[in-house]
Amino acid sequence: MRIRLVARPEPSRLAKWGSPLVATAAVLAIGFALFSAMGRDPWHALYVFFVEPVDTLYDVGELLLKASPIMLCAIGLAVGYRANVWNIGAEGQLVMGAIFGGGVALAFHGAESPLVLPAMLFAGVAGGMLWAAIPAFLRTRFNANEILVSLMLVYVATLVLSLLVHDAWRDPEGFNFPQSKLFTQSALLPILVQETRLNVGILLALVAVGAGWLFLRRSLVGFQMRVAGLAPAAATYAGISSSRTVWLGMLIGGACAGAAGVGEVAGPVGQLLPVVSPGYGFAAIIVAFVGRLHPVGILFASLLMSLLYLGGEAAQMKLALPSSVTGLFQGTLLLFLLAADVFIHYRLSIVRAPAPAARAA
Amino acid sequence: MPPRLKLSGITKAYPGVVANAGIDLVVVPGEIHAVLGENGAGKSTLMKIIYGAVKPDAGTIAWEGKPVAIANPARARRLGIGMVFQHFSLFETLTTADNIALALEGERAGPSLPARIRDVSAKYGLPLDPDRYVHTMSVGERQRVEIVRCLLQDPRLLIMDEPTSVLTPQAVEKLFGTLRRLADEGCSILYISHKLDEIRALCHKATVLRAGRVTGDCDPRRESSSSLARMMIGGDLPHPQPRTAQPGADALVIRDLTLPADDPFGTTLSAIDLTVRAGEIVGIAGVSGNGQKELLAALSGERLLDDAAAVTILGTPAARLDAGARRALGLGFVPEERLGRGAVPEMSLAENALLTGWRERMVAWGFVRAQTVREYAAETIRDYGVKAGGPDAAARSLSGGNLQKYIVGREIRQRPRVMIAAQPTWGVDVGAAAQIRQALIDLAGSGVAVLVVSEELDELFEICDRLAVIAQGRLSDPKPVADTNAEEIGLLMAGSFIHAGAEGHRAFSPAGVLGLD
Amino acid sequence: MDHAVQLLLLTLAAGTPLVYAALGELVTEKSGVLNLGVEGMMLVGAVVAFIVAATTKSPWLGVAAGMLAGAALALVFAVVTLTLQANQVASGLALSLFGVGLSAFVGLEYVSVVIEPIKPLAIPGTPDLPVIGTLLFGHSPLVYLSLVLFAAIQWFLFRTRAGLVVRAVGESPQSAHAIGYPVVRIRYLAVLFGGACAGVGGAYLSLVYNPSWVEGMTAGRGWIALALVVFATWKPWRVLAGAYLFGGVTLAQFQAQALGVEISAQYLSMLPYVATIVVLAVISRDAATIRLNAPASLGKPFHPDG
Repeated sequence: MRIRLVARPEPSRLAKWGSPLVATAAVLAIGFALFSAMGRDPWHALYVFFVEPVDTLYDVGELLLKASPIMLCAIGLAVGYRANVWNIGAEGQLVMGAIFGGGVALAFHGAESPLVLPAMLFAGVAGGMLWAAIPAFLRTRFNANEILVSLMLVYVATLVLSLLVHDAWRDPEGFNFPQSKLFTQSALLPILVQETRLNVGILLALVAVGAGWLFLRRSLVGFQMRVAGLAPAAATYAGISSSRTVWLGMLIGGACAGAAGVGEVAGPVGQLLPVVSPGYGFAAIIVAFVGRLHPVGILFASLLMSLLYLGGEAAQMKLALPSSVTGLFQGTLLLFLLAADVFIHYRLSIVRAPAPAARAA
Repeated sequence: MPPRLKLSGITKAYPGVVANAGIDLVVVPGEIHAVLGENGAGKSTLMKIIYGAVKPDAGTIAWEGKPVAIANPARARRLGIGMVFQHFSLFETLTTADNIALALEGERAGPSLPARIRDVSAKYGLPLDPDRYVHTMSVGERQRVEIVRCLLQDPRLLIMDEPTSVLTPQAVEKLFGTLRRLADEGCSILYISHKLDEIRALCHKATVLRAGRVTGDCDPRRESSSSLARMMIGGDLPHPQPRTAQPGADALVIRDLTLPADDPFGTTLSAIDLTVRAGEIVGIAGVSGNGQKELLAALSGERLLDDAAAVTILGTPAARLDAGARRALGLGFVPEERLGRGAVPEMSLAENALLTGWRERMVAWGFVRAQTVREYAAETIRDYGVKAGGPDAAARSLSGGNLQKYIVGREIRQRPRVMIAAQPTWGVDVGAAAQIRQALIDLAGSGVAVLVVSEELDELFEICDRLAVIAQGRLSDPKPVADTNAEEIGLLMAGSFIHAGAEGHRAFSPAGVLGLD
Repeated sequence: MDHAVQLLLLTLAAGTPLVYAALGELVTEKSGVLNLGVEGMMLVGAVVAFIVAATTKSPWLGVAAGMLAGAALALVFAVVTLTLQANQVASGLALSLFGVGLSAFVGLEYVSVVIEPIKPLAIPGTPDLPVIGTLLFGHSPLVYLSLVLFAAIQWFLFRTRAGLVVRAVGESPQSAHAIGYPVVRIRYLAVLFGGACAGVGGAYLSLVYNPSWVEGMTAGRGWIALALVVFATWKPWRVLAGAYLFGGVTLAQFQAQALGVEISAQYLSMLPYVATIVVLAVISRDAATIRLNAPASLGKPFHPDG
């Protein structure tokens, strides 16, 4: 007798939406074991990690604040992933968005015009798209793998930012620290809820969720991108251009990530620093999958991811645990999700060892 | 002497279908035994069970009188069972010798192998070059590799799964010669087919399967095609209503279409000319792998050409237009692969209607009108007798025949003026095949120009008005069906119309392919 | 002259982690499996090797531990993709992200620990060369071992029957299954081998090349190794050449400083990444060559039916 995987005739919807929950539960269990092993009271540690970060209005504001860039990036990535366009360079596109948007903020430093913010957003989106256009071009023109190119460009973008804040854009009054001038009021996103740091960036992210849903589920082009992801030969057969699919997938991802970059520098960061994102662009990859590449799923998954960031910070401050536990949990979450996904297309079946020779017909 | 192979009560069920239900089968030494049945009758599953690739749920297998459990193909081979697969189990980027070595064990795969390959291929009239790479070979040559690979294992039972679907009529005769010789030497042969004439010509005995059960045992040499058909499908083979073509204006014109292979394993098309007129059905016959795939991609718009005039659809040069633009001109296309090309397996039938049918008022302001899409799908299901759960059923939940009816219906309902169908009845049950052929005939009757590319000669003779043959990337001049016969077409399929020195070239020479330098 | 010799040694040293990681990935890919988790496996290999070496004071135990750690991570990938049929691209990304997180977590307390690095082989008669920091460990036994690994893989893949089987499985798992080869088991072994090699590549970084542990110290080498396999069109000797080429590129930074060239460090740091992109584009544009050399089933799941 042994256990075997048997294909289901139809994919299971229950398993499809249950597996993110299973993966989350698995992360909690791992956390429990890990905190115990490190000699902490696991219940208390889990409380500090997952509950305390959201027990005041200010904290909820922080949760939404951190969720915004992740949500934006993940929506953009999901559009591409649906079409088998594997943009894993959202982090780099985010940084480029921050550079372009930040550049506008610095160029109009001190200007009171209400147009500064829209201009920053426009520039940031353009920057993200420009950075995403490189892998799109190399893929459509030279067939170069977009996974590797977009990832390499993350390193390049980070180095470009470093170059700028160390040199051309360094604040002359910044005591030689690698940082730009602080942005002035007109270049900062308005606060949405008083007494919190939550700014209008979350609205931008929610708009992206809605637009993403409309695009993927209701528009012809979104449908065609899903076809390209599920069955490339069917897409070609139906006259859906594969270059258009790649370009759209990359550019939408780049635009969203670029906007997220502006949201960071015009929001909680407020200036250009060598590092403007603690890996939101990579976290967004996980969020896109945990959210089932579905905008509504992504909405919830990005809240979970934001909580992991806040929990990591809280654990560091209150429990003297390393904040890198966040990264560990992120990776674990995705691995468990992918493993649990097997039950979407398969079910377990217990089979008796076949012994036809020993059995009467 | 005990029978070589005796199956009793073999049963195998998959989710939703019983592929084999209590099957009994006896094969004696030196016998060529046909297993006859239409697509989906359970022949392939039964052969995989004998070859150890699939485990039965119940039943016993006796080999030369002793009960055995055949756990895997390696065990089957050690017993002396060899199998030639319908979709070959060869490795394209390896040589003949490597391919054969992979199936042999220990000593047999040693340095003397190339010599033994030459011996066996000479003895049985199956010429092979051990050092050639498989991807440079024609399908017929690949089949020879598979057969020689089996013969080198000294089989006492050889399973042939639909072996003639890749051969010209003349090559079929040669293959039969080889098989008869093997049988004379005492080897048993299990011959899987749905072609009644072949079985009557070759086999000593036949077991007929229908829907997973044995429906008859007979000596096929004493049966007629119609008596075999009754056992196979439970009725007579349907024939389409005859029709006289009254061709109209030129609708699809192919002029000097030349296209280098884009895939190193592909075929280059050379100077293809063909005209299909409104209201007629033109067929293209040929052994698979001779450029059909490439020609269809060039006609459908899945591959673009430089010379716009190479393909003209209803007077518009179209060779530089993509598949969507050609549809807008009035082209309909039923591709060979249903799942993954003609339809998205995971998507619903409604979404698969949207795939090519969105120009039928299914989209407003860039957004999909879901209700219109569902109605279109529901009407297609109804009008073409598709057995499906409704517009929301996933494409892959349908049987091959039903999905093909749906795809054909979806294309026809877009009112094309030129229709191209590739292998329209491949892998489809007899009833659905007849329905699809009739639909194509009716379509031509309504004034549409129809081009059918098929490897089934019988089908082409049944529905076409004119017939051309593709070989090595070249196309013969079309002939009216009434003026030709299977023998002549068979010679054309072997490339007899290609003048010396004008040989169609394959994209790559066998040497230096893998760079194993 | 000294300078040229030294440059050569440094190039060998800088290329070696790429040689390990890319050769391992090559074998994995030859079996038809695309494991994008090389970066994660290298990082975990690096950190585990470092911890074990620091704890036991035995760098060689560290190398062995790094190898096992890489293989252990690869095992996770194998279970998820080969047994549980998950998408290989997504799982590989997950493995990389997981490896980044895991290595940062377990390595936290070792960030400023100093260890005894693996000593270069003392070859008698070799003249002493001028030393620039820790960069002159190019003589490390691990460098020679990487060359042995190269020869062994070349021989295995193209001269042995087992290598033929691996290639056959990567070419057509359906055919290999049909004639009776245990496709999943073979792929498991190939994936584990790839992980072990990536682990050694990581160990080389933390024990030899730059004896220390720094978060994210692979700096994208795992991804470059993946690009190298494409660049090499799945041929071991081209992997070797490519690895040294990229090793040389990473040295530009130090060379420029040594030569007193006035250029921002960031520009030089960008070079390996930009070079990877350029090379990838140049190689990939020849689709026919890729098609002929890439294992035909690369990245596609296989489920032995029935």
